[in-house]
Amino acid sequence: MRLVVVSAGLSVPSSTRLLADRLSAAVVRRAAGPVDVRVVELRDLAVEIAHRFTNGFAGPALAAAQEAVAGADGLIVVTPVFSASYSGLFKSFFDVLDRDALDGTPVLIAATGGSARHSLVLEHALRPLFAHLRAVVVPTGVYAASEDWGAEGLAERVERAAGELARWMGAVGAAGAAAVAVPGRAGEAGDAGTAGDGEVAGDGGVARPVVAEESAGFTVVPFAERLAALRP
Amino acid sequence: MQFGIFTVGDVTPDPTTGRAPTEHERIKAMVAIARKAEEVGLDVFASGEHHNPPFVPSSPTTMLGYIAARTERLILSTSTTLITTNDPVKIAEDFAMLQHLADGRVDLMLGRGNTGPVYPWFGQDIRQGINLAVENYALLHRLWREDVVDWEGRFRTPLQGFTSTPRPLDGVPPFVWHGSIRSPEIAEQAAYYGDGFFHNNIFWPADHTRRMVELYRARYAHYGHGTPEQAVVGLGGHVFMRRNSQDAVREFRPYFDNAPVYGHGPSLEEFSTQTPLTVGTPEQVIEKTLGFREYAGDYQRQLFLVDHAGLPLKTVLEQIDMLGEEVVPVLREEFAKGRPAGVPDAPTHAGLVAAAGAAGAAGSSAASGSSAASGAQEVTAV
Repeated sequence: MRLVVVSAGLSVPSSTRLLADRLSAAVVRRAAGPVDVRVVELRDLAVEIAHRFTNGFAGPALAAAQEAVAGADGLIVVTPVFSASYSGLFKSFFDVLDRDALDGTPVLIAATGGSARHSLVLEHALRPLFAHLRAVVVPTGVYAASEDWGAEGLAERVERAAGELARWMGAVGAAGAAAVAVPGRAGEAGDAGTAGDGEVAGDGGVARPVVAEESAGFTVVPFAERLAALRP
Repeated sequence: MQFGIFTVGDVTPDPTTGRAPTEHERIKAMVAIARKAEEVGLDVFASGEHHNPPFVPSSPTTMLGYIAARTERLILSTSTTLITTNDPVKIAEDFAMLQHLADGRVDLMLGRGNTGPVYPWFGQDIRQGINLAVENYALLHRLWREDVVDWEGRFRTPLQGFTSTPRPLDGVPPFVWHGSIRSPEIAEQAAYYGDGFFHNNIFWPADHTRRMVELYRARYAHYGHGTPEQAVVGLGGHVFMRRNSQDAVREFRPYFDNAPVYGHGPSLEEFSTQTPLTVGTPEQVIEKTLGFREYAGDYQRQLFLVDHAGLPLKTVLEQIDMLGEEVVPVLREEFAKGRPAGVPDAPTHAGLVAAAGAAGAAGSSAASGSSAASGAQEVTAV
């Protein structure tokens, strides 16, 4: 399984990365099978993210990070709290991600701050963001204030959140394997219409086209179906 | 293969002087650019279409009609004609009229337009962009091919017994390119009709262009119009040239750094590495442009952007001189080398008339044509 960790810490070393590492280690321990962990440090991508806004396309390092995130079976995202919310760099990374990249991906949300006063940032900022991106946010979020690093409670929250993410990653991984057989998915270039992947009965028994064909790495709806859908 | 110029028609202050041309000056400059393109032996001039400042070309067929009268050979085209917010009936009429006036030296590139507010100004909604492109073109396609059209759709009032006039010159509609940077739906549309696909690659990495063109070619073959290599592809280019590469970089840098589209972002050097931008000598432009074939295959039309970001007209005309005298003759020769026999020529009115004549003869002498011909019939019937 592929676990991707997105860390928006800016200093080296950073407490944000420290929290990210504790979370990912806990997920690896609790996962049912081997986990391939990849860490995306947004600090290293800051310039390419800014250029992505002005250019419209991702530079090579950002494109690789986006590909890793889109292909992840589970995601850990950790941001420092800046001005009562996630950092601008953290938000910017998700602003330039493909709209569907996190569809159904289990996500563990976490944040670091100087004091406990901003701990609800997880609930009022991060959770709605990832709900919008149609990710599955696990119930436990982990907030670490400076004082938490020497206090009781953080380790338990890390373990609980990691356990939740590990379970979801297993569940989604199994469902993903089954999804191959779902009509309207997959299908190789040129063979659409030969298999039973043409139509499924929708509401009221009306057949509606759901076929998408794969070509050159794109999923395309055959033009005739798109045109037919517009007929009054 | 055809070579030409495409212009956005922006009014941008020259960053080195702070002075912006007036709209009148910019419009006249676009005409001067088109005439220069013909003078130096280029094949195509294409104008953008915009309905908001700082752009001037809101009425491309008016401009192209004027240029048609001032030129002899040049093919007049667009980059792009908005298939979303223009009434397809008016597009059919305007371009058929232009086609007659220009004796067939006309084609057009359809695009959606990405400026949100323009849509409601014309009674439309950008969220329907793809659907507008699909429905409006389906109607436009019929208006040029059927003398009397009954039609009903989602986005415009129905037509009963409508005949779009004038009918296309010699019964052959202008060739259509579908332009898109990011939307596979448009590559699919171009492939479905067997029309051309123009990928304006100038701000994009090669790998993205390769994927879009590959999709179009695969789908073109899927719809029975020919092999993937027979699909009709156009690409953009973005150049600034001087005899000495360092002079080119020094002179162009302030324009690059302040350009409305990509300025204040990556450096000229980074941008040149990641996109088709070439700032250097004519030889460097030749080398980079020849490289497009490696990821897009043998293609039919190459348009260069040379007149944006506030560059003075004099400088732009010098760029076109260099293209015509030093770059394009070499590109014509080099692109011809190793070009497989099956790769079609760039579309011209004469070529389309000849093809229509051949198809008509084949249709009357045989009940069923080749797979390509039956594919075309299937498309026409939609």
